[in-house]
Amino acid sequence: MNIPKHLSYASTHEWLRRDADDVTIGITDYAQSELTDIVFVELPELGRRLAAGDEIGALESIKAVAYIYAPVAGTVAGVNNALRKQPELINQDPYGQGWIVRLAPDDPEKSVELLEAAAYKARIEAGD
Amino acid sequence: MTADTVFEKSHPGRRTTYVTSRGAPPAGLDLLPAGALRDSPPMLPELTEGEVVRHYTNLARKNWAVDVGFYPLGSCTMKYNPRLAEQIAAWPEFSAAHPLRPVRAAQGLLRTMYDTERMLSHLCGLARFTLQPAAGAQGELCGMLMVRRYHWERGERRNTVIVPDSAHGTNPATAALAGFKVVICPSSEEGLVDVAALRGLVDDDLAGIMLTNPNTLGLFERDIQEICRVVHDAGGLAYYDGANFNALVGRFRPGDMGFDVVHLNLHKTFGTPHGGGGPGSGPVGVVEKLEPYLPVPLVTKGPEEFELEEDRPQTIGRLNAFAGSALVVLRAYVYLRLLGTDGLREVSGMAVLAANYLKQRLSEAYAPSHPGRCMHEFVLSAERQSDDFGVRALDVAKRLMDFGFHPPTMYFPLTVPEALMIEPTETENLETLDAFAEAMRRIAEEAEHSPELVRAAPHDTPVGRLDEVAAAKDLNVRWKPGSGGTSGDA
Repeated sequence: MNIPKHLSYASTHEWLRRDADDVTIGITDYAQSELTDIVFVELPELGRRLAAGDEIGALESIKAVAYIYAPVAGTVAGVNNALRKQPELINQDPYGQGWIVRLAPDDPEKSVELLEAAAYKARIEAGD
Repeated sequence: MTADTVFEKSHPGRRTTYVTSRGAPPAGLDLLPAGALRDSPPMLPELTEGEVVRHYTNLARKNWAVDVGFYPLGSCTMKYNPRLAEQIAAWPEFSAAHPLRPVRAAQGLLRTMYDTERMLSHLCGLARFTLQPAAGAQGELCGMLMVRRYHWERGERRNTVIVPDSAHGTNPATAALAGFKVVICPSSEEGLVDVAALRGLVDDDLAGIMLTNPNTLGLFERDIQEICRVVHDAGGLAYYDGANFNALVGRFRPGDMGFDVVHLNLHKTFGTPHGGGGPGSGPVGVVEKLEPYLPVPLVTKGPEEFELEEDRPQTIGRLNAFAGSALVVLRAYVYLRLLGTDGLREVSGMAVLAANYLKQRLSEAYAPSHPGRCMHEFVLSAERQSDDFGVRALDVAKRLMDFGFHPPTMYFPLTVPEALMIEPTETENLETLDAFAEAMRRIAEEAEHSPELVRAAPHDTPVGRLDEVAAAKDLNVRWKPGSGGTSGDA
């Protein structure tokens, strides 16, 4: 199970990377392996305002539909349009080409509870 | 790999013999404007009658159905339904009755509807049912619109509906469609509604709760009366999803548990095959205080004859044209009369017994979601097979087809990893249950010793493992000339 150390994690299985102006969000390797083959990605509109914990979009796999939640409040600054044609990028490269959205956060310090890689790993292993 | 389509079997010039006015132009053709006439003949396959009959008969023989074998699809109640209900529903006196026939000339059909309504009300411990909804989901919407109307008429604006995390997906969808905000209530360790958590979720915005009992894990909500009390004390109403009524019919009445609104699936519990492609019927029953809001028309018994009552000022309105799926209601009538009170008690008794027998037999090879007794269905987890041998619930399900069984429901409820949800129903005999248990046990063994065999299953079906990703992403259901067969790349 690949859980990069430099990222932060939400208990709902999103990863988050903080850059200078924005945060990039995707789902974890564990989440994509649980969902199995993803066949459709519903992305938000650019400019949409989200509160922390709001639904950003949805992922449909051959097994289930899962929702993606915003770990921070902010405005949608970018979406990964490549996923519209190639949703499998999330399965193949969840931390790279499979990123989902970029948010311009209202307050970079405020977020839902985020975990370090080790704590996230422990949580998965505990069966959450 | 697959069967050719009827188009690919076509040979120019092959014909079926039938009476024709060969040579003469069809009457009336000259009345059509020139622009509406074809330039070239339609692309129809050319085959003899025998070829066509064999083509479709062979396709039909590849179909799997309750009439062919065991179909333990959890939460679906795929049970055998008595043929008598089909025979009677096919009588032209019923099947040919036009919905615009005057009420006076449809008294027999109306009587079956009236009596069915009374019997369902009695079975559920409620005041009255509407037979209008066309299926369970529409029944849910009907019920929640009445909940909305009830609060509205009392001058209250309540917007929250609580749904447990194990609920059928239609419940939150229904609540949202009826304009409510959905709040999810977590389950306890035991897989039941966490009553303490529920208490923390209710407030004066609560419109109601939507529940099924037994719940989606096949567990009886022991605290159901307390749950209903918490909801009622907060001013909300309790909605019962009758999807799992097969486990209770003739023994427990939702009205006695404290529910205010109930929908039943007649095409599941009461004599119409489920998954038959429709039509369905999802009658909704209510307690007395909700009766004014029932949709119209209602079948009533007038001084001289049965009537269709339309004039009900507080009704939520009409859900469908005419009086609902009358012939599905008729099958329920036959089923109810055929079994009687004692027979219905045996339905739920045998359904629960069969499920517990299978659960017990399978609990060693697979991990049950919860220990102890279940009701009419139970959930196993293939997590051990998945973690240790890389064989997932999907693979187990596919492999079952090689043993001649329809796979159970997979990956539902979402609260159980690698879920396999099994509902044997009351209509399977001991030999079938044993054969199924033995197949499941062997698959667990195969998962351990030859996992590749299970991962590549099915092997003995007309087609092997299908590419579900391609099917979901590039759906192609239309054959076009020159598309080169059935490979799906057209």
